[in-house]
Amino acid sequence: MGIQGERFIRPSAERVEDAALLSGGGRYIDDLGVRPGTLHAAIVRSPHAHADLLSVDKAAALSLPGVAAVITGADLVGVTAGLVPALRVSVDARAIAVDRVRYVGEPVAIVVAADRYRAEDGADLVNVRYRSRPAVVDPEAALGEGAPVLHEDAGSNLMSDRRFRYGDPDAAFAAAAHSLAVTVRYPRNTGSPMECYGVVAEYDPHEDAYDVLANFQGPFSIHAVMARALKVPGNRLRLRTPPDSGGSFGVKQGVAPYAVLIGAAARIVGRPVKWVEDRLEHLAGSVSATNRVTTLTAAFDGEGRVTALDWDQLEDCGAYLRAPEPATLYRMHGNMTGAYAIPHVRIRNRVVLTNKLPTGLVRGFGGPQVYYPLERLMQRIARHLGLDPLEVIRRNLIPADAFPYRTATGALYDSGDYQRALDDAARHGGLADLLDRRDAARAAGRLYGIGFTAAVEPSVSNMGYITAVLTPAERAKAGPKNGAQSTATVTLDPVGTVTVQVASVPQGQGHRTVLAGIVADVLGIPAAQVRVTTDLDTAKDAWSIASGNYSSRFAAAVAGVAHLAATRLRDKLARIAGAQLNIRAEDLVFGGGRVSSRTNPDASLPFARVAATSHWSPGLVPDDVGAAIRETAFWTPPELTAPDAEDHVASSLCHGFIFDFCGVEVDRATGKLRIDRYVTMHDCGVILHPGMVEGQVRGGFVQALGAAVYEELVYGEDGAFLSGTLADYLLPTATEVPDLRILHVESPSPFTPLGAKGVGEGNCMSTPVCLANAVADALDLDNVDLPLTPAKLRALVAEADEPPPPAGHRSAAPAAKAGDRTLRGAGATVVTASPEAVWALLLDPDVLASVIPGAHGVNKLSDTHFTADVTLGVGPVKGRYAADITLSDLDPPRGATLTGTVSGGLGDGGGTGRVTLEPDGTGGTRIGYTYEAAVGGKVAAVGGRLLDGAARVVIGGFFAALARRAGGADRTGPLRRLLAPLLALMGIKS
Amino acid sequence: MPKLSAAIRHSVAFTLNGVPRTVEVEPRTLLTDALRHGLGMTGTHVGCEHGVCGACTVAIDGAMARACLTLAVAAEGCDLRTVESLAPAPGRLGVLQAAFKRHHALQCGFCTAGILMSLDTYLRRHPNPSREDLTLVIGGHLCRCTGYAPIVAAALDAAAELRGTSEHPEDAAHA
Repeated sequence: MGIQGERFIRPSAERVEDAALLSGGGRYIDDLGVRPGTLHAAIVRSPHAHADLLSVDKAAALSLPGVAAVITGADLVGVTAGLVPALRVSVDARAIAVDRVRYVGEPVAIVVAADRYRAEDGADLVNVRYRSRPAVVDPEAALGEGAPVLHEDAGSNLMSDRRFRYGDPDAAFAAAAHSLAVTVRYPRNTGSPMECYGVVAEYDPHEDAYDVLANFQGPFSIHAVMARALKVPGNRLRLRTPPDSGGSFGVKQGVAPYAVLIGAAARIVGRPVKWVEDRLEHLAGSVSATNRVTTLTAAFDGEGRVTALDWDQLEDCGAYLRAPEPATLYRMHGNMTGAYAIPHVRIRNRVVLTNKLPTGLVRGFGGPQVYYPLERLMQRIARHLGLDPLEVIRRNLIPADAFPYRTATGALYDSGDYQRALDDAARHGGLADLLDRRDAARAAGRLYGIGFTAAVEPSVSNMGYITAVLTPAERAKAGPKNGAQSTATVTLDPVGTVTVQVASVPQGQGHRTVLAGIVADVLGIPAAQVRVTTDLDTAKDAWSIASGNYSSRFAAAVAGVAHLAATRLRDKLARIAGAQLNIRAEDLVFGGGRVSSRTNPDASLPFARVAATSHWSPGLVPDDVGAAIRETAFWTPPELTAPDAEDHVASSLCHGFIFDFCGVEVDRATGKLRIDRYVTMHDCGVILHPGMVEGQVRGGFVQALGAAVYEELVYGEDGAFLSGTLADYLLPTATEVPDLRILHVESPSPFTPLGAKGVGEGNCMSTPVCLANAVADALDLDNVDLPLTPAKLRALVAEADEPPPPAGHRSAAPAAKAGDRTLRGAGATVVTASPEAVWALLLDPDVLASVIPGAHGVNKLSDTHFTADVTLGVGPVKGRYAADITLSDLDPPRGATLTGTVSGGLGDGGGTGRVTLEPDGTGGTRIGYTYEAAVGGKVAAVGGRLLDGAARVVIGGFFAALARRAGGADRTGPLRRLLAPLLALMGIKS
Repeated sequence: MPKLSAAIRHSVAFTLNGVPRTVEVEPRTLLTDALRHGLGMTGTHVGCEHGVCGACTVAIDGAMARACLTLAVAAEGCDLRTVESLAPAPGRLGVLQAAFKRHHALQCGFCTAGILMSLDTYLRRHPNPSREDLTLVIGGHLCRCTGYAPIVAAALDAAAELRGTSEHPEDAAHA
């Protein structure tokens, strides 16, 4: 059989996806119509990191016209179950709180109404009472004695503790000339696609079946988890995806709990329900990557050759362990030695829960958390031995003649020539020039550094790797799990045109374009004659648990299986054409839209006619061929075996290689990081579409830049979420992106049909640590954690620049503890009234009502206890709060302590202040005050940047009003009076 | 501006992509919701609803504006243009759109409408932009897929091509 014109690579092929997307014709989930009568949901979420859920009062919300239902976790206990993780633990991982909340943003109630505006009105009126509990956000603290336990049934916050041993690490460490450890606290970040989650669900009570449309991205192993959570068999959860999806980067796996929630809500109200997530919900309540505390120790010789690694990884999965977690911790298990030939490895993997958002898929998935310590360690070894870091990397690389190479922990690296990639990158990326630039910059007194990173980029995950969290005995009992089924269907219609359906669920990666080209090449027809659909319907399309768009599996697995399906169909068509032309199938070629004899071009048939034969003239189809109408192929690589009894884990099929280097400069005055040059060398096997590979590399690089420098999902010590807007969670923009030099070498994968490997996640793994290595080089640091913000780098520069304090000297102002969000302030004002008169004013509810900013009324419960309704605005968030104020430590008329709390739908806060009244010597009074306060909930999430200023304005406003009421201090000039409001705004007393 | 009752819906009239349109909204209805769900013009996307991401950018009386920070009632009497106006005819692409396609300047396409509208508005007034000018304009938008470089390249390419064509003749004449 001849294969003519089989090329697959179309450097300039424009995307079939683009015209509609550029014209406003995309079909994202919120662009699709809904059935008449569809209701809209808004979700009430917890403002507390950890609290008992005492009561949910629905009455006010239900009285609002248009509100159909308010559904609580208790209402859903009967119709839903938890989203079970891969690990048997006593954690009820429901999608909604029942009697306790464990992170800020956790769903507490669903308000279903005629439209979204009314649903949100209703959500504002749902009155939830909480009793707060101590929260724990730090993974190490969560393991400590006396730490708050999130799930008492589980006994502690430790969900899993597994130890692994490969080779003889004890002997290697004992024999090593040197040993060195790094400890890394990898922070939380997320993919933050521009489109948030969306779900439209309905329930058919007659068949007990759900129909759910969601912008889910897979893996479809989660379909089984969702069906179980909805308490129906798999065939009664029909899950569909929209034709277009606005980005995912792993994150849209996390729509699964919401698909369950909205499905259950539709069941309860008996109508279709639609929910579209907003950005605050997305940042607080979608999916985060794990934060991880890692101590990595190496045994190495005087040349920097590493003989053994000891990993201690503490993985923080947030408040609940939900499927597919703790997969982030095990995705890299076969790759724990990176690009290096290191024979002896010891690993301890622990999984802990804290009062933060549950974790899930985020681009890079486990890779950044592993390469950061590994590549920091390689640089530290070079520094320790006084060697060139590039030389230490080179000495440890897996040799080119060792492939396929079995790593100590069980992965089978398919192909590569790492040394060549290094050499090519150094030469074509201008390393020598960069070293000169560093010398010149340093000679001029500037802070310039160079970083290197070598990383292996795994792709096509083995569905069985997660079972490594179980012991071999537990695995043996459960039965082996392995493989990665990919599938494609190629269909011929009655006019002989071709449709391809795959279960790859892309979010902009151009799968339709690439597949049209591959199938067209196999069938010898123009790509424009092939139409590809990628929206999935689990009731009608071929799919399996590995389906979806994750672990960079498209080029390696999905494109290959589409090729396989097209080839099978072509072989059938060849036999049909051969029968009509009386030519052996082996002597036919497909090209130019015809099926022709290899030797006699006159003997040929139009492709469309051959392709239509099985529809119109099945009598012409040879008996042993069968109908050539539709071919569905499944493919799973035999290399993806189940974890063995010694815990060897073939976690992925393909292994690309990345070598990055960069030059950076840190501004001594501002701490701003400037990337002078960044070079990234990739070996992703055969490149199917160079334009799209470049797009994956550039996009991944900029996400990694964000994770390295700008982005962090920040939680306060008390669990308050502080990154609720895109003005707090900073994504890089066009003005922050440096020039990126992309280079390639090509080692085809022998394990994939087309020789391709994944390429989309590599820079998310390599770039953060490459930048950190460069910063460490620039500032001469042993330790540095992400993100590399100007404030952090400025402090590190200052530390290095300032001479050490003399012995015995104590710093006057100890640095604030990390995560301490206490608002502190002080002020004073002078009034003409006497201290006694001011004292009387302070205890008069009518006076308080007129001077408390935004107060609607003050109730005096006792001489020292007041309540009030106040309206306060912080930045974009204006809300009504109930305030409760107590006076204590009374020292009339000299001083009193005010302790107060405010609570409302938008958040809560509390604080104390001390007011002092002193005679000013001229009959008036000097009023002084100091305060400490903390704020949580939505206000903290979206207004965190403004809180300090807002507190000063509100508290300053109170005393300014009190001063006016007490006769004011008319001792200021006209200019100062004019400026007073402005000064007050800036927190300066007037 | 008249005071509008929150209790009832109001009819708002404006010109949308050259065609007079009216839509019934509450005073609080955002322009994004009025366009998308009131008029079915779903090309304008909603990414953050707090004015940072830029996905919802439209042209109001020739100036770029965040539709998510604009009340629909404030558009009364205005001349609105959205991404649906950019193609010269169904099935064809304008110069800027074609440049985006050529340069792979989009992947998921969700942020694209807003970026196109900002660039279209800007290029009508500034036919000779530098790379830095265009980077600043694109810097007002968030794209999570492309890494921006192909967007800047497409914008530069489109600006050059527009200078040689008559796609924006009336605006270029004023510049």
